Amino acid sequence: MLNTEGLHMRAAFFRLIRSFFYQQGFLEVDTPIRQPVYIPESNITPLASEKEYLQTSPELCMKRLLAAGNSKIFQICPCFRKEERGRLHLEEFQMLEWYRTGADYHQLMFDCEALLRFLIYHLQELQVSNNIADKPIFSGINLDEKWERLTVAAAFSKYSPINLNQALNEGRFDEILVECIEPHLGLTSPVFLYDYPVVLGSLAKKKADNPTVAERFEMYVKGVELANGFSELTDADEQRSRFVHEIATIKANSDRDVAMPERFLKDLEQLDTAAGIAMGLDRLLMLAMNQQLITEVVTFSPADF
Amino acid sequence: MLSASDLRKGLKVQIDGNPYIVTDFEFSKPGKGQALYRTKMRNMISGNQLVKTYRSNDKFEKAELEEKKMQFLYSQGEEFHFMDTENYEQLFLTREQLGDNTNYLIDNMEVELLFYDNQPIDVTLPIFVNLVVTKADPWAKGDTSGNDTKPVTVQTGYELQVPPFVEEGDKIQIDTRTGQYVTRVKE
Repeated sequence: MLNTEGLHMRAAFFRLIRSFFYQQGFLEVDTPIRQPVYIPESNITPLASEKEYLQTSPELCMKRLLAAGNSKIFQICPCFRKEERGRLHLEEFQMLEWYRTGADYHQLMFDCEALLRFLIYHLQELQVSNNIADKPIFSGINLDEKWERLTVAAAFSKYSPINLNQALNEGRFDEILVECIEPHLGLTSPVFLYDYPVVLGSLAKKKADNPTVAERFEMYVKGVELANGFSELTDADEQRSRFVHEIATIKANSDRDVAMPERFLKDLEQLDTAAGIAMGLDRLLMLAMNQQLITEVVTFSPADF
Repeated sequence: MLSASDLRKGLKVQIDGNPYIVTDFEFSKPGKGQALYRTKMRNMISGNQLVKTYRSNDKFEKAELEEKKMQFLYSQGEEFHFMDTENYEQLFLTREQLGDNTNYLIDNMEVELLFYDNQPIDVTLPIFVNLVVTKADPWAKGDTSGNDTKPVTVQTGYELQVPPFVEEGDKIQIDTRTGQYVTRVKE
């Protein structure tokens, strides 16, 4: 259980994130945590709640709000992913998502830079006013320099024993990413790893000049993956065919019930250019507080019950 | 059957007919990627380490290990004889199998034996044992050499360093995890 100082820090952190988005002209929204459909993604398993599901991300609802004409929206909400438990994982965690119409993934990278600089500035200010300035925020990380942008293909040639195509063909992409690449990312200042293979971004838009790559990125600080953003795939037919593929994979590997999110696909037809991102806030707070375990910064962790 | 999501420190699983204990474990999952269970295990018979990354769909057999309370009876040459305190069955382990544990075994001591496939593979001693000092140099009072320990031998033949006031015939407590002197025991 978090102590009083930790509770104050966590509250200030959430308050600052909200003020950042208010200042940038975003509308804060809330959507149902429990829904009858979930996003068909083969590597993410939802927790069932009666005959419905706890959201793995508010993504479908957020994009339906975008399609209805809301141009800049954000949300902070709990998300749930079954059997994800570890140093950086909790089955329930706080997610920040923001979406913009008329923007692409590069805009989101700028948003990330601005958000983290805003956070570190105000958290430090807060510590000075509370006379606890001896505890650094994001110790060892320089947020002022231009953040490195590294394509997935370049990261594989730089750090991996085999190249990207070999890794994909041998089914070793995730393993090499985790074991050989991630430990090098964002050690002195944050890094954006971008342009993922299309198969690894089922809701992301393909790059116009390279259809094997999706306009998707992940933000890394100290080897920890903090946010996943992309230019939204807004072609409803292509989205449907990617979901068909994901649903087939889910059915082949599990006995999970999974349905096509029809209302989402219908609304998607109204959506033009857009970009959206999901950031794990407990992990971000963990790094800001220089902690090693996600359980150090949540109000109650599973061990508290 | 166990699956990768059951993996945790201390879990005992069977791989290729050998029992392994999980000594280190980390869950990782890249965004939109597969869950990876990065695992370090020790072969409970050979002691060899195994480092392996498992996926969600990987399955394991649980290692069927049995723990039994047994009493140490006596040693004869290289053989150390134990008795099951429930059914009075006897068995022996060799000096080599027992390793350093022979330093602390005295007649009638109760220990835990771990069995795999009906073969004893490990023995767990009490953390603290009391043994009698059988050989010690007398403490020369006024010794100014500054030595604050001296070597003694206990009834099992084990030699260790103790404070200078310990004398022949004293009973001392030893920590079986470290092999070190803890205190002198007053009867």
